[in-house]
Amino acid sequence: MTVHTPHPDLPPPTLSVGVLGWLRSNLFSSPLHTLLSLFAIYLVYLTVPPIISWVFLDSTWVGDTREACSGTTGACWVFVKVRMNQFMYGFFPESEYWRINLAFGLLIVLAIPLFIKKFQHKGKLAIFILVFYPIITFQLFSGGNFGLTPVETSKWGGLSLTLILAGVGIVASLPIGIVLALGRRSEMPIVRSVCVVFIEFWRGVPLITVLFMSSVMLPLFLPEGTNFDKLLRAMIGIALFQSAYMAEVVRGGLAAIPKGQYEAAEALGLSYWKSMGLIILPQALKLVIPGIVNTFIALFKDTTLVLIIGLFDLLAIIQQAFADPDWLGFSIEGYVFAASIFWIFCFSMSRYSMALEKKLHTGHAR
Amino acid sequence: MKKIHVIASAVTLTAVMSTSAFAGATLDEVKKKGFVQCGVSTGLPGFSSADEKGNWSGLDVDVCRAVAAAVFGDAAKVKYTPLTAKERFTALQSGEIDMLPRNTTWTLTRDTSLGLNFAGVNYYDGQGFMVTKSLGVKSALELDGASFCIQAGTTTELNLADYFRANNMKYTPVTFDSSDETVKAFDAGRCDALTSDQSQLYALRIKLGNPDGAIVLPEIISKEPLGPVVAQGDDEWFNIVRWSLFAMVNAEELGISSANVDEKKASTDPNIRRLLGLEGIKGSGLGLSDDWAVNIVKQVGNYGESFERNVGAGSSLKISRGLNALWNKGGLQYAPPIR
Repeated sequence: MTVHTPHPDLPPPTLSVGVLGWLRSNLFSSPLHTLLSLFAIYLVYLTVPPIISWVFLDSTWVGDTREACSGTTGACWVFVKVRMNQFMYGFFPESEYWRINLAFGLLIVLAIPLFIKKFQHKGKLAIFILVFYPIITFQLFSGGNFGLTPVETSKWGGLSLTLILAGVGIVASLPIGIVLALGRRSEMPIVRSVCVVFIEFWRGVPLITVLFMSSVMLPLFLPEGTNFDKLLRAMIGIALFQSAYMAEVVRGGLAAIPKGQYEAAEALGLSYWKSMGLIILPQALKLVIPGIVNTFIALFKDTTLVLIIGLFDLLAIIQQAFADPDWLGFSIEGYVFAASIFWIFCFSMSRYSMALEKKLHTGHAR
Repeated sequence: MKKIHVIASAVTLTAVMSTSAFAGATLDEVKKKGFVQCGVSTGLPGFSSADEKGNWSGLDVDVCRAVAAAVFGDAAKVKYTPLTAKERFTALQSGEIDMLPRNTTWTLTRDTSLGLNFAGVNYYDGQGFMVTKSLGVKSALELDGASFCIQAGTTTELNLADYFRANNMKYTPVTFDSSDETVKAFDAGRCDALTSDQSQLYALRIKLGNPDGAIVLPEIISKEPLGPVVAQGDDEWFNIVRWSLFAMVNAEELGISSANVDEKKASTDPNIRRLLGLEGIKGSGLGLSDDWAVNIVKQVGNYGESFERNVGAGSSLKISRGLNALWNKGGLQYAPPIR
């Protein structure tokens, strides 16, 4: 008697596994897909190799003058390299660069414990970062005390100015926005109408108008001789503008909290502020993290608008460099550099928000 | 509309009143704070631009430096406020800056309605044409039937139309949104000629793939006199800015340069001696020290030196003197005598 031995399983057809199989099922599964895939590959072939050779293969990295780039067809990164300090620090005196480095270095050092799970005093540290750190940074930037040479705000610029504007906007707009959102849902008519008018006013005007008003009209109305710093005017404008948007984002979160939560808080006998602080806001803010981060990213990019009032943020200082007669004609390199810096910052912000959402995720998702 | 007019005139009026309130005070204030606050362009090749160390230079910047040299004897005592075109006049009206050499065209409207005074002309600009050398054209009048790369919605476009209609010629406009696109199109051969302000054409030419393949034609079809501006109502300060510029032009005319100014003090020519403050009215007319003009020439140079260094042969722009040559060399730069 022969024992039946099952035939060993045949391997799947070579065309359905591995690279070939993936290609067949994803790119060439039907005539239409094949056509579209071929077209897409053709587009990639048309665009990517020239970009790579412009950015890397044919580009010039060494040298200090325009002459180093003569004869190359690729990008002239020498332009960016020569001006790198200016792009980062603006017109800040070179001997004082350490102050900016210290300010941002301090922020990184202070922020690290916030990411360590076992660290106990996160709340205290966060308050320190939000309240005292800005004061330290301001002292470092403007100087005047503790034996530091004063540096006027007109010398601030480059990426450091962009980060300051965005930082001030972010730090100021979140608390103001929360207060406004609570005010808008308040039952007190005066508080409510003040908040509604404030929010609708600032949402109704474009940021560019706000900046123009702050830099062109405001000085005319102030008494002669009161020179209220241009950067400060811009910062206030940006902070008020963004807090109106933030208020609406937070209000969305407040509206999403079921009525039962409010009633439960009341039933426990909690005061208004306690019920908001302990029950409603923690849930509401968690819900709207994507919206908040979205507003922050928009704010970060909106800071470039200050270039129309003659403040040299990253983009403006790069554009200013195009006017140097020794470096005419390198605008593409400059813009590509600016775009990549902005992309890095915005992309990291969005990644951070995704991580935060995951961490705070406590089973509300449907 | 009427309401807007009322508001606009109220704003202008406040501006005018507030600027006249401190008549004669600018010089004292400048001396007290120890520097001249100067509004310049945020970046215009040859006129005002910052190098990688953040030092400003350019033809407009030199006017600021000349005033600082006249007032303080030190051309470095200037602080720059980079301004965009839209905020420049407010900055002057509100007293944020002391003077504004910011490639500003002198027009009747600006001179009369903004509470400002133009202290002179440091560059005679005008709309010109750039063509490729291979076209073989020597004058704009030979451009009948040519195609032009123009930036849409600018006065350049209107001036071009006027010029061609006045000369009974035809042209094909090829319009673009930005000046960068315009120059790219010209570089790619999409049009025969490019038109813009002449000082800009030279800067645009450097951006071409082959700058030597293009020439700027001599014709100028519009008047754009650019000059430093001061707030109305302070004649003393106005005179200082105006005569700082005149001193540079006079120095060139008299052959005094930063290199030979000390030797020229020994000259017997009364014109030279008056400029250098050795005889005549000296500095008292302006309320400055007697060597005010010496300091300007020594530290900033005469007009010709400043021109060559910033926009002329000594720079990458290589603009020819043209209208900006001295009056006795076929140009328009003319300064009243110092006596």
